[in-house]
Amino acid sequence: MVVLQAESEVAAANMLYGGAACGKKVMTSSSSPGVSLKMEAISYIAGAELPALVVNVVRGGPGLGTIQPAQSDYFQATKGGGHGDYHSIVLAPNSVQEMADFVELGFDLAFKYKNPSMILSDGMIGQMMEKVELKDFKPRLTEQEIIEKYGDWATTGKTADRERNVTTSLELQSELQEQFNIKLQKKYRELEANEVRFETAFVDDAEYLFVAYGSSSRICMKAVEIAREKGIKVGLLRPITLYPFPKKELNQLADQVKGMLSVEMSAGQMVEDVMLSVESKVPVEHFGRFGGIIPSPDEIVKALEEKIIKG
Amino acid sequence: MKEEIIIAGFGGQGVLSMGKILAYSGIMQDQEVSWMPSYGPEMRGGTANVTVILSDNRISSPILNTYDTAIILNQQSLDKFESTVKPGGVLLYDPNGITTPPSRKDINIYKIEGAEEAAKMGNPKTFNMIILGAFLKIKPIVKNENVEKGLEKSLPVRYHKLIPLNLEAIKKGQEVVQEIQTV
Repeated sequence: MVVLQAESEVAAANMLYGGAACGKKVMTSSSSPGVSLKMEAISYIAGAELPALVVNVVRGGPGLGTIQPAQSDYFQATKGGGHGDYHSIVLAPNSVQEMADFVELGFDLAFKYKNPSMILSDGMIGQMMEKVELKDFKPRLTEQEIIEKYGDWATTGKTADRERNVTTSLELQSELQEQFNIKLQKKYRELEANEVRFETAFVDDAEYLFVAYGSSSRICMKAVEIAREKGIKVGLLRPITLYPFPKKELNQLADQVKGMLSVEMSAGQMVEDVMLSVESKVPVEHFGRFGGIIPSPDEIVKALEEKIIKG
Repeated sequence: MKEEIIIAGFGGQGVLSMGKILAYSGIMQDQEVSWMPSYGPEMRGGTANVTVILSDNRISSPILNTYDTAIILNQQSLDKFESTVKPGGVLLYDPNGITTPPSRKDINIYKIEGAEEAAKMGNPKTFNMIILGAFLKIKPIVKNENVEKGLEKSLPVRYHKLIPLNLEAIKKGQEVVQEIQTV
C-alpha cells in the first residue's frame, strides 16, 4: 500500500484518475470543501469508466461552513456532483464497523461497474469510536487476476496480442458521445436493478416510517424506541446505498404506512428522492437540523407527531 | 445491562480519555460500546464532553437526550447536564469550581474531591482516574481487571509504566467518593 499526501485536492483526485487508469485500487478522502475540489476529476473518472473510491466525511456548509457533522452533501454525492450525466455509487455507513467494511464493498462495486464509488459519511461517525472487527487480510489482486475478473481495460502496457487500451473521457463526435451516454445510462439501470442495499427495523406493523441514512439512522433508531414506548407504531428504513436509491421498497411501504418523515442533517435533500419514490401515495415530510447541529431522538419523535401524525 | 453516561468538563481535564478507558474496559468484557465526543475547535480550555454507552445489546444512537449517569467537572457542565439525568439516575461531581451545587431531589448525588486528591497524590494528571474510580465505586459496571486491560489498550506503550499510578488513583477515587443524597 502506498499512502501519499498530495499538494492539493485537485492533485489528489487526478492522481486517483491516473492510478485507476493503470488498474490500481485507488482511494482518496476529504471532508466536504475538499471533495468539491475533487469533483472535476471524479467526473473524468466516471467518463473514462474507471474504478476508484472517494470518502467524504461530511461537515456543515456551504463554503467553509463548520467542522461539525452534517449530511448536506447528499445532492452532490448522489446526483453526480461534477459535470455531465453520471452517477457515483454512493454507500452510507452508519457505524465505524461499516466505515471499515464499505471500503471493500466500495472497491468491489467500483471494479465491477468500472465506476467511481463514494462512501458518504459524516463528522459524527468520523469522530466517534466503537467496536470494530476487521476482516482477514486479503492479498492484492495481480494484474492478471484483475484482467480475468474485471476485463482488460487498464493501461498496463500493450502486448502483441491485443489492441492498445486508451483512457479518455473525450469524444468530439456527438453521435458517438450520445452512444457513450446511452451506455452509461444502461450501466446505471443495471446498478438500480442489482445493487440497491437497505435495512429496515420495526416495519412489520408500522403505521409511520422514518427514512434516514448514516448517523441520522442511528438517532432515528433511538427515536423508534422512544416513540414505541409512547404507543406510536413507527418503523425505520435506512438506505445503505444512496445511489442506487431503494425506490421500489419505499413505494411498497407507502401502501402500508400513513406517512413518512425523512430525517437528515440537511435542509432537506434525500426527502426529494423519498417523494419521487412514494409517488404521492402518502404524505412525506422532512425534519432536519443543520450547520453542525445533531438532532436529538426526542426532537425527531416530536417532529413525527407534529408533521406527520397531526398533519 | 445498559449504562448511558455523559462526562463533561473543561478541555484538558482528561474527560475524553476517561471515557475512552471506560469504553475499552467495556470491550474487554465483551460489551457493545460507543464513545461520542463533543468539543469545540478551541479544545484546551473550552468545554468538552463525551457520551459513553456500554451495553449488552447493539447500541442505537450514540447521541442521547438523557443519561443514567452524569459525571460533571465544571459549573457550565452542571448547568447544562443536571436536568438530563434520568430520575433515579446518578450525578457525580467535583465541587472544585462549582458555585451552585446540584439541587434536584429525584436523583442520586455524589461528590468527589478529585482535584484536591490528585494534588495530594502529587500528580494533578491522575485527576480523571480518581473521578473514574469514584464512578466505578457507585456503579461497578466494569471489573477492575478489565479496567486494567482497558488502560493497557487505550494508553500508548510508552505510558504503560504509568498504569500502576492510574490504578492507584482509581482506588483512591473509590475510597474518597462521598454520598450526598440517595433516592
